Amino acid sequence: MTPPLALENGGYVGAAYLVFLLLLLIYVAIMASKLQRIQRELSSLAELADRPSSGDPDHDVGDVHQREHEIEAVRQGGRR
Amino acid sequence: MTPFTAILRKDLRVELRTLRSLPAMALFAVTAFVIFRFGLDRTSLDGELAAGVLVPTLLFAALLAINRLFVAEREEGGFELIRLAPIDRTVLFAAKASALVIYLVVLELIAVPIFALFFLDTASGLVPFALVLVLADIGLAATGTVISTIATMSSARDLLAPLILLPLLVPLVIAAAGAGEHLLSAGGPDYGGFGKWLGLLGLYDLVFLLVGYATFDFLLED
Amino acid sequence: MATALQQITLRRLAIVTVAVMGAGYALAFLYAPQDATEGFAQKIFYLHVPLAIVSLLGFIVAGIHAIRHLRSGDPKHDARSYVSIHISVILGLAVLLTGAIWAKSQWGVWWEWREPTLVSFLIVFLLYATYYPLRYAIEDRDRQARYASVFAITAGAFVPLNFLAVRLAQPYIHPRTFSSSGGLPGEMLLAFLVCLAGMALLWLTLVWFELDAKAASANLGRIRRALEAS
Repeated sequence: MTPPLALENGGYVGAAYLVFLLLLLIYVAIMASKLQRIQRELSSLAELADRPSSGDPDHDVGDVHQREHEIEAVRQGGRR
Repeated sequence: MTPFTAILRKDLRVELRTLRSLPAMALFAVTAFVIFRFGLDRTSLDGELAAGVLVPTLLFAALLAINRLFVAEREEGGFELIRLAPIDRTVLFAAKASALVIYLVVLELIAVPIFALFFLDTASGLVPFALVLVLADIGLAATGTVISTIATMSSARDLLAPLILLPLLVPLVIAAAGAGEHLLSAGGPDYGGFGKWLGLLGLYDLVFLLVGYATFDFLLED
Repeated sequence: MATALQQITLRRLAIVTVAVMGAGYALAFLYAPQDATEGFAQKIFYLHVPLAIVSLLGFIVAGIHAIRHLRSGDPKHDARSYVSIHISVILGLAVLLTGAIWAKSQWGVWWEWREPTLVSFLIVFLLYATYYPLRYAIEDRDRQARYASVFAITAGAFVPLNFLAVRLAQPYIHPRTFSSSGGLPGEMLLAFLVCLAGMALLWLTLVWFELDAKAASANLGRIRRALEAS
């Protein structure tokens, strides 16, 4: 039998394995962007969790700036 | 079969408006044959070309029929009525599939002789080929009933049903065309490989009748 | 035995996968002898065939998960079915691409209708590609999952039938297949089996990975809803 590594036609073999690796890498890239989305959601939720849970019914949940001020105010208050 | 099945089949057959859709289906098949005559630039066909024209034409006519029968019923609310009735849903599957088989057989009784008239030099192969077609119709009905039920409950029903169905029907096309290639050959029917195509068709029918019977309940529950 | 199973984490699975795949391909290139008739290009065999086998098994596994989903109504089985199909479709794409490259190297054409595995795969791929528009077209979550499960079961039953049908359709004279001339000698068989095991482990790793990501997203959704409610 011929030795294991006689390299004619190497181009095709390389191409096939390369295609496989590329597909895997593309998958990794997609999962990486999913992970980024999860991280962003997680930090936004962390902010949400930090605000006081006073159950104020008039509190406007959509007002991000309002919320940031409140978080800052609570932090300042907590430090004193 | 239970009396319910018989009643249901009768009801469905009326609901199928068989008389209304059939002329259109037959017309479609005949026009398709004309198109093939010019597309292939042939006036007589035999063997694999004959099978290659007849089987796909019947397949596409069947897809139109499925669309007509199931989608139309959904839109006219007939489906809802049957869903609410206190009957075993697998009976509904049996009834719908049977109705579809009957419909397809009638369609073939019209289209195949016309095909023979147009293209075949000898019609002796048509008798065994009829058996092939009936078996294929059963498989088509089993798969078609399940998939079109899925599709009619979705938003893209016109597109989705043929899209999902076509790959699923490939084994039937392989078997029917494979058998037809031999049965419709110029010198009269040749039974080479006949057994294996019948076997494949029978296996397909068995598997998908079982799958339909086992899963149809889950398609109709709320 | 139960505690042993608990020791299997995604991280450990991934490490084992890398090890086995590495070993498999080392064997394929450095240990297994070169095929006399096909030459070096035959080495694609160690990639293409394991991909095909694992992808097909994956579709059947998805069908089994779908059966469990219908019986129990538990959405976790639906998630497993969905992800199994997803990963198998990706591997299926790899099968078609590597198959085309192999066909080019063997016969000088990018596609060969007489290669039964390639053709069967094309049909299976076309079928499972409809899984996504199907799910997308049904709004109601519960119904979507149920219908997808029925599809997965139907398609899973279809896979072996399809392979049989395409094989039967092969011309008796001059079939062109990828299968190696004659049986596989011992060294080749060993390398092949290890590569196959590695590919199966890869499939498992990717499925588990994706299921974890989905679960994380779902949990985040729940947390957000809980926080916004308070």
